[in-house]
Amino acid sequence: MEIIVPVKVVPDLVEELEVDPEGRALDRSFLKLRLNEFDEHAVEEALLLKDKHGGRVSVVALDTEEIDEALYTCLAKGADRAIKVSGDFAAGVPSHAAAVALASVIRGLPHDLILTGVQAADDRDGQVGILLAEALGLPHVSVVSGVEPAGQRAVTARQEYAGGVMAEFEVDLPCVLGIQAAREAPRYAPVSKVRQVMKTVKLEEVPATGELPGPGSTVVRLAKPESSGTALVLEGSPEEVADRLFSILQDKGFVRA
Amino acid sequence: MSQDIVVVVEHLDNGPADVTFEMLGRARELAKATGGRVVAVAVGNDLEGVAGALGAADTVVLCQHPSLASYTPEAHQRALAAVLRARTPRVTLVANTAMGMDLAAGLSGQLGWPLVAYCRDARLEDGRLRATSQIYGGKILAEAEVEAAHALLSILAGSFPAEAGRGTGSPAIEEVSPPVAGPARVRFKRLIRPEGGDVDIAREAVLVSVGRGIQSKDNLPLVEDLAAALGGALAASRPIVDQGWLPKTRQVGKSGMTVKPKLYVAVGISGAPEHLEGMRGAELIVAVNTDRNAPIFNVAHFGVMSDLFDVLPLLTEKLKAAK
Repeated sequence: MEIIVPVKVVPDLVEELEVDPEGRALDRSFLKLRLNEFDEHAVEEALLLKDKHGGRVSVVALDTEEIDEALYTCLAKGADRAIKVSGDFAAGVPSHAAAVALASVIRGLPHDLILTGVQAADDRDGQVGILLAEALGLPHVSVVSGVEPAGQRAVTARQEYAGGVMAEFEVDLPCVLGIQAAREAPRYAPVSKVRQVMKTVKLEEVPATGELPGPGSTVVRLAKPESSGTALVLEGSPEEVADRLFSILQDKGFVRA
Repeated sequence: MSQDIVVVVEHLDNGPADVTFEMLGRARELAKATGGRVVAVAVGNDLEGVAGALGAADTVVLCQHPSLASYTPEAHQRALAAVLRARTPRVTLVANTAMGMDLAAGLSGQLGWPLVAYCRDARLEDGRLRATSQIYGGKILAEAEVEAAHALLSILAGSFPAEAGRGTGSPAIEEVSPPVAGPARVRFKRLIRPEGGDVDIAREAVLVSVGRGIQSKDNLPLVEDLAAALGGALAASRPIVDQGWLPKTRQVGKSGMTVKPKLYVAVGISGAPEHLEGMRGAELIVAVNTDRNAPIFNVAHFGVMSDLFDVLPLLTEKLKAAK
């Protein structure tokens, strides 16, 4: 089975995010980027499928800032190919444009199963995987955890609903699945192995073709949410904070005598 | 093109989901601004019960067929696309849920209408559509203006009051036939319900919930001890379950359980929108997180910004000593 995993890097949400002085974009000067965590799950699910059933895993990414290291890491984890899609992506790539650019390259690659992360921290105009499926004319299922082959030309995919309920679908190949979580925690690639891959493997480069659409909307204001002000912050040493918290819980009747 | 506002009805197990009522309430405000109608569109089979709950709409469009009885992204999107093409509404609201995600982005791609995802707010000002998305894990709000004549907005559950959308009017019912389709490429097989056996966190009065901040599985006893001292149960945010540290039955949030305990202690949880959706109804929320910008503090009543590894053992000791 030919498995394609489109990946991207996004700001690390563990770090502080700042809005630039114009108030319409993130301040990128101190931004720490990392592989989208849902894409990590898509890569893991692809590698698990390959480990169990054979096939080939190709990761594909638009040529944006710091993408090389992300692609080398995917190779170090066990991906067979890494393809960088070149184009004018410096100004940022909305999901609709990313989907069209990715589709222009994936059309020329053998593909049975396309796994994407279900969403990304910055996909304000929609999820790339679904838009990619539409651009390629393929069926799609999102919020998937658990993919298994069902015969030669289909897969079984489980879509997660609220309350732990799941729907099981059989989906004809080729198709696009938006992965919420891989069956196992994403594997770790040791830095030494990533370094080794960087020295020995060259990333493939393919240009995007065609005109890229805009997002259809314009950001007029970007801001941190104002705190609703409900949280009373308990300050002090750990002992003082624990004391106050204890008193509060006692007042509210949560301390069982 | 019409000035109508369409709400795509999400339903499972006979009734519309709460988010549908939230959208109907907001749709009414948008329709006031456009002078159009509120049109609820439901796709499925045997939809009489669902239609009966949609009294807040002016018109209810039902697309019913045995082949649509169970949701599939492909067939339901195709049916909705036909309705939207025919009606050309000004704004179409879709829930940002597991079902709605496929539909909203799928329809945007198929119809060529713009989509603004993860919306917490939507309004029309002087005929211009403004939508505010909650992105970057809930840490940033992006307000955008939509230029196109038609637009799709996917709405985060919990953004608007559901009460406003529980009207008791008698909307006109229109039946439409699903479009003719070739063989289905996505086939519904079955619904899988969660297995019992473990603790039902939705029934617990006290939950101590743990997130990424706990760093390692080896640190879980810290929160287990606190939960035990409070006589409560242990719950978790998504990453902890994805890591396999706790079973799926313990997950709070969008794809986990919705909980409304009397006390919810969030330990090392940043509070992504998907998590807040499942716990914001708790009576008392205490959040422990070293990141003072963590969105969890926007819903918490009491916030602790000290290191959880310092505070938790001290609090647990005090609770134990009080017994």
